[in-house]
Amino acid sequence: MQEAPYAIEMVNITKRFPGIIANDHVTLQLKKGEIHALLGENGAGKSTLMSVLFGLYQAEEGIIKKDGVEVKINNPNDANALGIGMVHQHFKLVECFSVLDNIILGVEDTKNGFLQRSQAREKVMALSEKYGLRVNPDAMIEDISVGMQQRTEILKMLYRDNEILIFDEPTAVLTPQEIEELLQIMRNLAAEGKSILFISHKLNEIMEVADRCTVLRKGKYIGTVNIADTNKAELSRMMVGRDVEFAVQKGKAHPAEVVLDVQNLTVPSKVHKNNAVKNVSFQVHAGEIVCIAGIDGNGQSELVYGISGLEPVSGGTVTMCGQDITHAPIRRRSVLGMSHIPEDRHKHGLVLDYTLEDNMILQRYFEPEFTNKLGFLRRKNIRAYAERLIEQYDVRSGQGPVTIARSMSGGNQQKAIIAREIDKNPQLLIAVQPTRGLDVGAIEYIHKQIVAQRDAGKAVLLVSLELDEVMTVSDRILVMYEGEIVGELDPKKTTVEELGLYMAGAKKEAKGQ
Amino acid sequence: MTLLIQYTLIFSSVLMLVALGGCFAEHSGVINIGLEGIMVIGALGGALVLKFLPVTVGAPVMVIATVVVSALFGMLFSLLLAVAAINFKADQTITGTAMNMLATAAATVAVKAMNTAASGGNDVSSDIAYTHTKDLLLVRVGGFEFNWFMLVAVLCLIAAYIALYKTRFGLRLRACGEHPQAADSVGINVYKMRYAGVLISGLLGGLGGIVYITAGVSVWKFENGVAGFGFLALAVMIFGAWHPLKIALAALLFGFCRALGNVYSGFGFLLDMNIPSVVYNMLPYIISLVVLAFTSKKSRAPKAEGIPYDKGSR
Repeated sequence: MQEAPYAIEMVNITKRFPGIIANDHVTLQLKKGEIHALLGENGAGKSTLMSVLFGLYQAEEGIIKKDGVEVKINNPNDANALGIGMVHQHFKLVECFSVLDNIILGVEDTKNGFLQRSQAREKVMALSEKYGLRVNPDAMIEDISVGMQQRTEILKMLYRDNEILIFDEPTAVLTPQEIEELLQIMRNLAAEGKSILFISHKLNEIMEVADRCTVLRKGKYIGTVNIADTNKAELSRMMVGRDVEFAVQKGKAHPAEVVLDVQNLTVPSKVHKNNAVKNVSFQVHAGEIVCIAGIDGNGQSELVYGISGLEPVSGGTVTMCGQDITHAPIRRRSVLGMSHIPEDRHKHGLVLDYTLEDNMILQRYFEPEFTNKLGFLRRKNIRAYAERLIEQYDVRSGQGPVTIARSMSGGNQQKAIIAREIDKNPQLLIAVQPTRGLDVGAIEYIHKQIVAQRDAGKAVLLVSLELDEVMTVSDRILVMYEGEIVGELDPKKTTVEELGLYMAGAKKEAKGQ
Repeated sequence: MTLLIQYTLIFSSVLMLVALGGCFAEHSGVINIGLEGIMVIGALGGALVLKFLPVTVGAPVMVIATVVVSALFGMLFSLLLAVAAINFKADQTITGTAMNMLATAAATVAVKAMNTAASGGNDVSSDIAYTHTKDLLLVRVGGFEFNWFMLVAVLCLIAAYIALYKTRFGLRLRACGEHPQAADSVGINVYKMRYAGVLISGLLGGLGGIVYITAGVSVWKFENGVAGFGFLALAVMIFGAWHPLKIALAALLFGFCRALGNVYSGFGFLLDMNIPSVVYNMLPYIISLVVLAFTSKKSRAPKAEGIPYDKGSR
């Protein structure tokens, strides 16, 4: 034992929640000055482990050591006192406060009871200079980009002189260029002697920036490897427990007639004065997958609301299979052959307190198969129908058709929605972030279903924030930026970098294209 | 005319005090619908001081004692909201409504019992008279009756502004009303800050109560509560966009409307229009409806208000 003690050592940590062991004797050793990745699928227990380290949860078993000395961390204050800081996946920033106020919140200097903002500002500017973290200290959080919000979070940790920095999936919300910048910042921080824990399920980033990597699977500790001695395939095998196909298997697309025709569509925003979707035109043909790419919040959601009828549009037309449905009620769209896998499966996809079988017939309950002439539901048919879908699409649940939707796992809820929407035999399938929050296995399955729909001659409109998904699944990419379509790309001919430039608004095609 | 200014100022003081109270509670993340009830209880406390403290103590002691006791009563009563909303995570709107019903009823019963006992059963009214001491609250400057409570209100306004925007306490309080998880993650005790917010609203609400019942009359019938002034103050707070200075301006507008009802008969041209007095009395309430209908959509409430904070859920 000649080596220096670990900056942080978590030994045999066990944390249980009702019905689940989130961390089962997990060990994590962080060396001083290294970037240590924590890899695992959704629900593998990464966030729980970090919450234990940050004092948000208390572990039932196991100990935490800092610099070789055992410590107790009961709340974020304890963590802060030990020099542990965290950039949360969902930023903990007060939106109507300035950047500066957010940084000093909780550790304010005062004189005679009054806040001393000018000294704090100097310290923030010095830190910002030193690490290349560009921020405007007086801007309101709600007015600045996600990237700057994240830099604010990092400055928060540095302002508190934290030595151990936890980044919880920091790249999920960033453009490729911002990700590159963040990784560089992390390298700078490590070079200055800070120890970094980097939580991610993105193998590329881990391979690029990390020194070592600890892998968790279903709450269990799988192992720790040196990045220099490993590769993507090995890491993914450790993460999932089997070999994973990264590439989506699909043949050439054979686009046929126009199914969806959107012309000059304008949709007002609910949250701000501007239109969320501005004068957008595009077409989707039968037998192709068109993907709307873009950073979250650039009008993709509203565009889908406009097409699917969830929100009224203020201008333009939507035509499906030759019929004008701009102002048509949602049921008419559905009957015409529009299927919609919504972005928010809890809000728009399922009635969570209904049974699975009732959720399966939400859009079809009025058909003669499910309702008799007197208006009563034909329960027997509904049960049979639900059983067929459950069987065919492998929807797993505790009690089959009578399971309450709320009690199902996210992946199976999503499978249920996909079963319902695809089984309607639609002309047009709109899928909004269909793989969000799902693990690698479920993602594989959903991608296969989407490609199968295309091959069956259906038109597919996919909205995705995941670059890998955009690049591998789609046949055509439309990039949205600030409510407009700023570019059309061919996934075979473009690169992730080029796509990123469009998504960040740095590149734009001439209007009228 | 002096009378109109005088009444405008005193009613504005009431609305401002109570609205500032609401402002503190909401900035901490708790909706205080119970301001109406808090006012009644505060008024009861103050009225008892005015009734029982001898005139001989002099004006300063009388004013200070009234202010302190009203504030204390208001704070104690607001503890109900704090315990229910913060510790037990109860629905804040329902809790507040219950407090309003409780306050008027409890005050009425208490005063009736007191009167009955004191008079040997002859007086079963819910009145408290403070005719003899009320003059101590006033300073006459020509025809204008300056009320010490006006000064108290202005001091509270300045203190509220500084506390909310210039101190550590204010920064932390507002963080709790906007994003309690963020506040918690930097080590701020959200429960404590919310207690502080609610108690300050009780303090200011109680003060507002005593100012209201001593504004125009020298006998108060507690059956009547405070005639919806607590709700009016909430309207002032919303119209004032949860900001002390804007609240002061909004309070002046609403106070002016309320004052018109008291003194319109002093203006020849208003009398000549022959509008029934009830119309003037309705004015502040109608104005609040109209103003809120047009402005409430734009003004931005603290984001996390009304949502009980639970450390466990993230």
